Amino acid sequence: MIELSGLTKRYGQKVAVDNLTFTVRPGIVTGFLGPNGAGKSTTMRMMLGLDRPTAGDVRIDGKHYDRLKDPLKYIGALLDAKAVHGGRSAHNHLLCLAQSNGIPKRRVAEVLDTVGLTAVAGKKAKGFSLGMGQRLGIAGALLGDPRILMFDEPVNGLDPEGIHWIRNLMKSLAAQGRTVFVSSHLMSEMALTADHLVVIGQGRLLADTSMSGFIEENSRTYVRIRTPQRERLLDVLHDAGVTVVESGSGALEVDGSKAEHIGELAARHQIVLHELSPQQASLEEAFMRLTAESVEYHAHSDTPAERQPRSWGDDWKRS
Amino acid sequence: MAAIQVVRSEWTKIRSVASTLWTLSLAVVVTIALGMLISALSKHEFGNMSRKDRLSFDPTYISFAGMSLGQLAMIVFGVLVVSNEYSTGMIRTSLAAVPQRGTFLFSKIAVATGLALVVSMATCFVAFFLGQAMLGSHSAALGDPHVLRAVIGGGIYMTLIAVFSMGVASMLRSPMLSLGILMPFFFLISNILGNVSATKKIGRFLPDQAGSRIMQVVPRIDDDTPYGPWGGLGIMLLWVVAALLGGYALLKRRDA
Repeated sequence: MIELSGLTKRYGQKVAVDNLTFTVRPGIVTGFLGPNGAGKSTTMRMMLGLDRPTAGDVRIDGKHYDRLKDPLKYIGALLDAKAVHGGRSAHNHLLCLAQSNGIPKRRVAEVLDTVGLTAVAGKKAKGFSLGMGQRLGIAGALLGDPRILMFDEPVNGLDPEGIHWIRNLMKSLAAQGRTVFVSSHLMSEMALTADHLVVIGQGRLLADTSMSGFIEENSRTYVRIRTPQRERLLDVLHDAGVTVVESGSGALEVDGSKAEHIGELAARHQIVLHELSPQQASLEEAFMRLTAESVEYHAHSDTPAERQPRSWGDDWKRS
Repeated sequence: MAAIQVVRSEWTKIRSVASTLWTLSLAVVVTIALGMLISALSKHEFGNMSRKDRLSFDPTYISFAGMSLGQLAMIVFGVLVVSNEYSTGMIRTSLAAVPQRGTFLFSKIAVATGLALVVSMATCFVAFFLGQAMLGSHSAALGDPHVLRAVIGGGIYMTLIAVFSMGVASMLRSPMLSLGILMPFFFLISNILGNVSATKKIGRFLPDQAGSRIMQVVPRIDDDTPYGPWGGLGIMLLWVVAALLGGYALLKRRDA
């Protein structure tokens, strides 16, 4: 259990984290979502006592991080895969961490095996690929067999096999009753792993909700229609009290009506339809819309609006 | 958090990186080899020396002549032990494992200091004996008055140079910045300040000028230094303590 209350971090005039209050609960994967620069890493560093909050408080199982005896046994974290001395072997890197927290030496071999690095245990970390570095960081997080695990952008730089492995790892850790807190800037990634969602933008809390609740609330469902008898259909729908939006590509979109209803209307008036399909806007769109608002809000208040909300899907198509 | 756990962890850290071995080896080899060379040269020069120079001829101090260069390797050792954490990003992993920052810093420094002390002592004894062997008939013996104090003092001096560097590196964090300040300071600036008559009075209170007095057995003839060998070492120790406290105060306050 991680509890944040009024957590704030200011760097001079710039507010990186703005009055965050939420709780990360055990037994589920909590996704920590926000665009790049939203303050996710800063928040995580404050959780680990690395950065000092300007105001507010974080408690791990009711205690401040620096009051934990042997903290690696409470909370394991992967912050930055490159936070290792490149000249030290994977085994020695984990060994010095284990010793500092009184963790038995055999755990080093165990976690190396878990992450699949046993074969390169004696190799220097500087020769590792980004994916191997991530695995080493995860091994460090698992070392103390902690009840709470925290991963900052764990899938960055991993190949599809590695991504698959990490998703399953997080799910199985949560299934064992552990608290799993994972940050990402990709909604699509979160949708696959997280049960609960905390969304921040510009350091402020935008949503703290279950994944299914978020999907329900934020994903727009509509019906897309294509017809050669466009004007007639518009009249019929208008008479039936259905609001229609004309989308750019000549298709019509209807919000809040079932496809069956529209199909029946069209049939009754003998209108030919080329397409009648229920659509669900992607979560990525919902996320973009949510964070774009916060970006926009700030853009008007202090800087010129350089980051206009882009049309949905722009981002995930690229990534 | 038991400090002994952290000490054990820091020992694993220090023995598992190559820089420890090469900086310390370099300190040993340079100090001994250069000391032998200068001892051999001094033996040949003795015949040409003035009466005054012969009176202040200090065979013990001459056999430590290599330390002027050897200490630079000790500085690199001290700087790297601390600043490696920052330059690699390891500091975040380390502080997440040991959030008690005082325990972290002083365990690290204790381990590195212990290692530096063992290496420095061995180096000074070897440098002394080999240096005296080179000096032949002009040599001093370990049993002569004050000689043992000078040799042990040399080991302490060399250790304190490393510890001072650790303190400076914990304040500055960057290895390049730390070395960029410490190397020219100890190799050039301190020597210049200590030898130019206008700045001599200040220069001799600098850590290396004050500390190195412990290695002198025969005082210089016109010596007016206001402190003795142990007083000088005490002044050096004050510098070291100041650097460590500065490093601790900053580490305590800073975001990692």
